[in-house]
Amino acid sequence: MTQALFFQYLFAGISYGVIYAIVAIGFNIIYNTTGIINFAQGEFVMLGGMISISLLQFVPLPVAIALAVLITMLVGALIEIVFIRWLDKPSVLRMIIITIGLSILIREVALHIWGESIRSLPYFVGNELTTVSFGAVRISPQVLWVVGVCGIMVLGLSLFFKMTSVGREMRACSANRTAAMLCGINTRNMVTLSFILSAGIGALAGCVMSPITYTQYDSGTSLAIKGFTVAILGGLGNSMGAVAAGILLGIIEAYSVAVVPLAFQDAISIAILLIILFVRPYGIFGSSTAARLTEF
Amino acid sequence: MKSSKLLKIGCLFGLVIGIQVLTTLTDTRFYLTQLTMSAYYALLVIGLAVVMGYAGQISLGHAGFFAIGGYLSAALTTHNLVGLQGNPVIHGLGNLGMLVSGQDIYGEQLLVMAPWAACILAVFMAAIIAFIIGIPVLKLKGHYLAMATLGFGIIIFRIGLATEYFGEADGISEVPGFTLLPAIGSFGPISVSGDFGLRVENYYVAWGLLCIGLWLLLNLIDSRVGRALRAIHGSEEAAEAVGIDTAGFKLKVFVLSAVYAAFAGVFLTHYNGGIGPSEASVMKSVRYVALVAVGGMANIWGTLIMGVGLTFLSLRGVFGSFDDAVFGAILIVVMLFAPDGILSMNVKALFAGKGTTDEH
Repeated sequence: MTQALFFQYLFAGISYGVIYAIVAIGFNIIYNTTGIINFAQGEFVMLGGMISISLLQFVPLPVAIALAVLITMLVGALIEIVFIRWLDKPSVLRMIIITIGLSILIREVALHIWGESIRSLPYFVGNELTTVSFGAVRISPQVLWVVGVCGIMVLGLSLFFKMTSVGREMRACSANRTAAMLCGINTRNMVTLSFILSAGIGALAGCVMSPITYTQYDSGTSLAIKGFTVAILGGLGNSMGAVAAGILLGIIEAYSVAVVPLAFQDAISIAILLIILFVRPYGIFGSSTAARLTEF
Repeated sequence: MKSSKLLKIGCLFGLVIGIQVLTTLTDTRFYLTQLTMSAYYALLVIGLAVVMGYAGQISLGHAGFFAIGGYLSAALTTHNLVGLQGNPVIHGLGNLGMLVSGQDIYGEQLLVMAPWAACILAVFMAAIIAFIIGIPVLKLKGHYLAMATLGFGIIIFRIGLATEYFGEADGISEVPGFTLLPAIGSFGPISVSGDFGLRVENYYVAWGLLCIGLWLLLNLIDSRVGRALRAIHGSEEAAEAVGIDTAGFKLKVFVLSAVYAAFAGVFLTHYNGGIGPSEASVMKSVRYVALVAVGGMANIWGTLIMGVGLTFLSLRGVFGSFDDAVFGAILIVVMLFAPDGILSMNVKALFAGKGTTDEH
């Protein structure tokens, strides 16, 4: 492998990796406030892409993206209010089945609205042939957009959770729900907010990645599984771990193309997921002592 | 107890005969095709019901075991082994009578594995894989278990889709019939195949198999094993504390359900004359979970009724292009309002605002 090719794969890996990281952070936000894994997380990404593509016919690109993110946030809020908010201490099995059902419903609705065709947003700058060169390596400016937007999202989220009072309330909720409630925090609203937030970041990621990866009604499923792999790899609930694990998985996947057929690319990330689950279910960055206190 | 169980199965078989007679009288024999397929799917679903309802372990990968059974028996009974005749393994198989030779439509010599041998091999493989996968997977709980089994299902799907041996996206077609009994006297042979002339025989083979499977499972549930499984579902720690080998029992029922799924896969593949990658898809696994959920989890009879009923409607195309959406909606509605299944739903309690609660 030449040096140029090496860096080419590296950049491809990083751009996919940050997307996985964003999906993983979406899982983490909801997991932290509710203790459930939202299996419909990948569908938020798909919805963001699809809605912005449809809106582009009427409004300019930035407005279309902003509206798509808002609409997806609304969908996230509706899902929480209609299906989850009023359940009293549901079992994990029940929540898994409900969120799987939701992901199927969203996907089927998308199939009936947008059909089976593969769509994409136009490139934000230039077209598919425009490149920016770094020495011998050429990359599409869209890759920089993906990395940049996702980086800003991660930074923004960590500032939000550290600096703002709503962010602190959400963290209190994840640390100890009963104690948070006793401090006067409306925990139910925090759960709704966590759904809105993770729907929003998923949708924005879906918009920026759409020109490179394209969007189809069923593109959410594989993203959800990879996002989950990354969330586990980085330690469930740990957002900085998710970023590192996401980029790691993206790079592994990118280089795996050089070794195994493309059709097995998905199988590789899933095999990694299985191995991690069997060997270190608390993630590569988690601690085994803390893991003994949690249930896997 | 024992006699009532047999009585119930007897009633079921009476109903099966009644339906066959009714379709003959009303000349609607075409329904039998979907009823046969529903019976095979139901065989898988009742096996999964024991894993989910009694042992309390979710599996989102059972379409994978179905596909292992179906794909292996299809590949072994269709791929020509003439070129490998010199190979000692193939020679040995031939000496054991596990190969059949014939001619294909172009008159070329054809040497394939006999369906019964392929069936045994396929089910055995499914059991082995379930055992190997089950040891680490069943240690996990909740989301981790769901994702791990889902991941297993996707890997099987990908292997079917990407391997030339398994026909890639086209799957495997022209799978020969599976002759269970050779022709005796004036009776024709009993064979599992899509031949329209054998529709009635196939209907009885499928339902006979389902009844046997059902009887075995019902006995299992009423035995020591069944009580151990219920204890695990109630509380794994408590079960372990009273000396139940929780890991062992979970693994055993997981393997058993994989065997049921593989049998369903083998027979349905011979009946349909082929198998495609869609049989291994995630949506199929989710559908099986939906059928178990709607049947009431720890309720084999409920699962059987719902499994046959909904699969039949789906195969008849009643739901049209909303097929998957219907199963998604069923999952949500059942889990929101009736986590113990439609049949045990307490309507009064629901409207009194108390609903059915779940403690596990």
